[in-house]
Amino acid sequence: MPLRQQIVAIAISLGILAVIVELVRKRRLREEYSVLWLLTGLTILVLSLRFSLLQALTKLLGIALPVSTLFFFGLVFLILVSLQFSVKISRLSNQVQELAQRNALLEVKFPEIARSAELASSPESERRD
Amino acid sequence: MSTETLSLGPEATRLEREPSSRARGRVLVVVPAFNESARLRNVLQAIHRQIESTADILVVDDGSGDATSEEALRAGALAARHPFNLGCGAALQTGYKFALERGYDFIVQIDADGQHDPSCLASVLAPVQEGKADIAIGSRFLWTGGYRSPIERRVGSWLFGQVATLFIGTRITDPTSGYRAMNRKALALCASDSFPHDYPDADVLINLHRAGVVITEVPALMHPRQGGHSMHRGLRPLYYMFKMSLSIFVALLRERPSPSV
Repeated sequence: MPLRQQIVAIAISLGILAVIVELVRKRRLREEYSVLWLLTGLTILVLSLRFSLLQALTKLLGIALPVSTLFFFGLVFLILVSLQFSVKISRLSNQVQELAQRNALLEVKFPEIARSAELASSPESERRD
Repeated sequence: MSTETLSLGPEATRLEREPSSRARGRVLVVVPAFNESARLRNVLQAIHRQIESTADILVVDDGSGDATSEEALRAGALAARHPFNLGCGAALQTGYKFALERGYDFIVQIDADGQHDPSCLASVLAPVQEGKADIAIGSRFLWTGGYRSPIERRVGSWLFGQVATLFIGTRITDPTSGYRAMNRKALALCASDSFPHDYPDADVLINLHRAGVVITEVPALMHPRQGGHSMHRGLRPLYYMFKMSLSIFVALLRERPSPSV
């Protein structure tokens, strides 16, 4: 790999790792989600430091160019991440539905809740007008 | 303790006035409604005339932008309001959960848009009240001289009716009908997580049958929609066919749901 390419790859992977760690530190990204991303950053870093590893992997899988190996794994990774998000979103929408239904049932049981919610929101909307 | 007396308030007094209703079990009429404030009053009045004071009415307002829930309260019904739109299946499920929590023995669900004629309430409820079935479906196709829905709708109903009939073993002519009565056994199953949040249909019936629920059909009078938007329009029928086939396939792959859920 040309030196220039290697420098760019290392810089990008270090940048990705730094952003992920910073997001986790600020609690903007939960640890459970950071694992996959950290692994990606580390993989890119290792592959750019040791180009022979990428070449060996390319040969092992019978792929013509090392670049294709990178694209292939990048694609697989993105599919996995979006699948994980779909699963998570399905769970979240079930939980939101459950919560909304509980809320609706509570409002029937205690009409004061509905009325106080209306009172709490109405002065705000007037101010916005 | 005070919460219990509060929740039982109106129903309890009504029951004491109607000893006959106690003998046959408490009934809740569930009316899912989305932006129906214009038509709701007439429908609720018609339901009132049919049931008089032998049952309570719960309108589930599925996050309407208009005064649907206010209209329901004004007409003397109970109103449960979703904070945002969750879909017809979820609105029905809220009604089921309400019925289970408050100890109703039977529910009968009827649409708020006036398509289901309230004069059939008693006949839809009868098989369930008499213990002949756990679910009774009001079928527009069994009613002689009823209105004929558009051809694509009839084909869909026929096709999935055949599929449901095949798996359930009882003749199902109108699997999409939302005019239904249920007892607590069926309610408990429908209130569980596996209930779909869009329109409950043939897949739900197959699931319920596999859980040991007895399903029957009775004739019911239905009217064509007056205004408003039907949920089956444009490309929706195609999507519906695809989704229903998938749901039935997945339903058959799943383990049998147990009634104890």
